[in-house]
Amino acid sequence: MRAQPADLPIQFESVTVSAGAVNILDGLSLVIGAGAPTMVIGPNGAGKTTLLRVAMGLIAPSRGVVTWDGVAAVPPARRAIVFQRPAMLRRSAADNIRYALNAAGIPRGRHDARIGELLALVGLDAFGTRPARRLSGGEQQRLALARALARDPSVLFLDEPTASLDPAATKAVEDIVRAVAARGIKVVMATHDLGEARRLAGDVVVLHRGRVVENSPADEFFRSPRTAEARTFLAGDLLL
Amino acid sequence: MPPETSALQMILTADPTLWAIVRLSLIVSLSAVVLAALIGIPLGAFVALTRFRGREGFIVLLNALMGLPPVVVGLAVYLLLSRAGPLGPLGLLFTPAAMVVAQTVLVTPIIAALSRQTIEDLWTEYRDELTAMDVGPFARVATLIWDGRFSLVVALLAGFGRAAAEVGAIIIVGGNIDGFTRTMTTAIALETSKGDLPLAIGLGVVLIGIVIIINALAWMLRRAGERMAG
Repeated sequence: MRAQPADLPIQFESVTVSAGAVNILDGLSLVIGAGAPTMVIGPNGAGKTTLLRVAMGLIAPSRGVVTWDGVAAVPPARRAIVFQRPAMLRRSAADNIRYALNAAGIPRGRHDARIGELLALVGLDAFGTRPARRLSGGEQQRLALARALARDPSVLFLDEPTASLDPAATKAVEDIVRAVAARGIKVVMATHDLGEARRLAGDVVVLHRGRVVENSPADEFFRSPRTAEARTFLAGDLLL
Repeated sequence: MPPETSALQMILTADPTLWAIVRLSLIVSLSAVVLAALIGIPLGAFVALTRFRGREGFIVLLNALMGLPPVVVGLAVYLLLSRAGPLGPLGLLFTPAAMVVAQTVLVTPIIAALSRQTIEDLWTEYRDELTAMDVGPFARVATLIWDGRFSLVVALLAGFGRAAAEVGAIIIVGGNIDGFTRTMTTAIALETSKGDLPLAIGLGVVLIGIVIIINALAWMLRRAGERMAG
C-alpha cells in the first residue's frame, strides 16, 4: 500500500444533498487534506454517512461539487469505503479479498501474496478459508477493511465501523486504522463515539444538520471547542 | 394380482414400456428446465437490476404467468406449430420437441419470477459494496447469479416440478403417441381412463420418486454449498 498525496485535498464546495424537502447536506463546504485521520462526528442524522457517500461518488450532490486535488472526476482506484454494516460476499474470507483485487484490476499472479498480506494486516491469517458470512461481527468488519485496502486506496472512508462492536473488537479495528494511517493512507472516519475520536483523530469535523459547525485539529477541538454546538456535543448533552 | 402388486413388479423388473416412458418424460422436462433457465435467469436478472417504464406492471405480469394454465399454453403452442400456424413449416407438432417448447413456455415465468426476487434481494444487500468497488454491469450480474446460486436452485426445482407434473400442455402438442410422445403424466391419464391401473400406478410411483430424489439432491447440494460459501 502506498499513499498518493496527489489525490488530496478533497474539497466540498457548497454541497447540498436533498431528499424531498429535506436537505441532508445543506450547502456544506469542507477541505480534507493529507495527514492523520479526520474524524467526522455529530449526532444521528447530522449527515456523516451522506458526506462519506458523496465523497465516494455513491451519491451525486443535488447542488455543489466535490473535487479531488482540484479535479471533479475521481479515478476509481483512489478511494475505498467500509460501511457500518458491510455486506460479505457468499464466499470465503480470502475470496472476498480476491474479488476486490479482481475488481481493482490487480493481476491474478499477485493475488495470493496480497491476500496473505492483507489477512495478516487485519489479524485474520487463520480465517482465509472460512465462509465470510460465518465470521463474527468484529471479524467481518476487519475483513471489510482488508477488502477495502485491496484497492490500494490513497483515501479510506470508514462509516462508523465500530458502531456495533464490543470493546475488544473495537480495539482491533482501531489498531488497524492506526496501522493504515501510519502507512500514509488518509483515513476519513465517521463516528458518534467521542472516545474513539479522541483516540484516533488528527483533526475533527463536527457536523450538525448537514453543515460543518467546526473543523479543527483534534487537540485544539477537545481542549477548547469554538462553537456552541461542539461544546454541547462534547459535554454529552443532546444536540437537537 | 392386485394392481399395486403388478405396478411394483413392473418397476422392479424394469418393464421396458414403463422405463421408455420415464426416460422420455425426463428428457422433455429436463430439456425444458434447461431452456427455461437460459431464458428465465437472465430475464430475472435484467428485471431485478434495471429500471424501465412499466417495470412494476411487468413484474406483476411475470408473477401472474407463474400460474399459466397448461391447457391454454398447450393450445397457444398448438396454434403456433400447427400446419397453418407461423411455425408450422418446422413440422414440430406431435413431437417431443413440441412438448419441450410447451413446457419451456410454462416454466420460464416461474424461473424468471423467482430469479428476479432472489437477485433483487441480493442486489439490495450488495449494491453499496459492488458500486464502491466499481464493479461493471456484467460482472455485477455474474456475481449476483453466482452468489445466489443456491437460491436459484430452488427456482429450477420449482420449474422442474411444474414441468414434470403437468399434463394439459404436452397432451395437446405431443398427442400422447405410444412410443414417441407418451410421458408419465399423459400415460397415467390415458391408462387410468382405460382401466390399466398397474401401469398408471407404476408410473405414478416413479414420478413421485423422481421428484423426491431430485429435491433431496438439490437440498443436499444447497446445504453443502451454504456450509462452504456461507
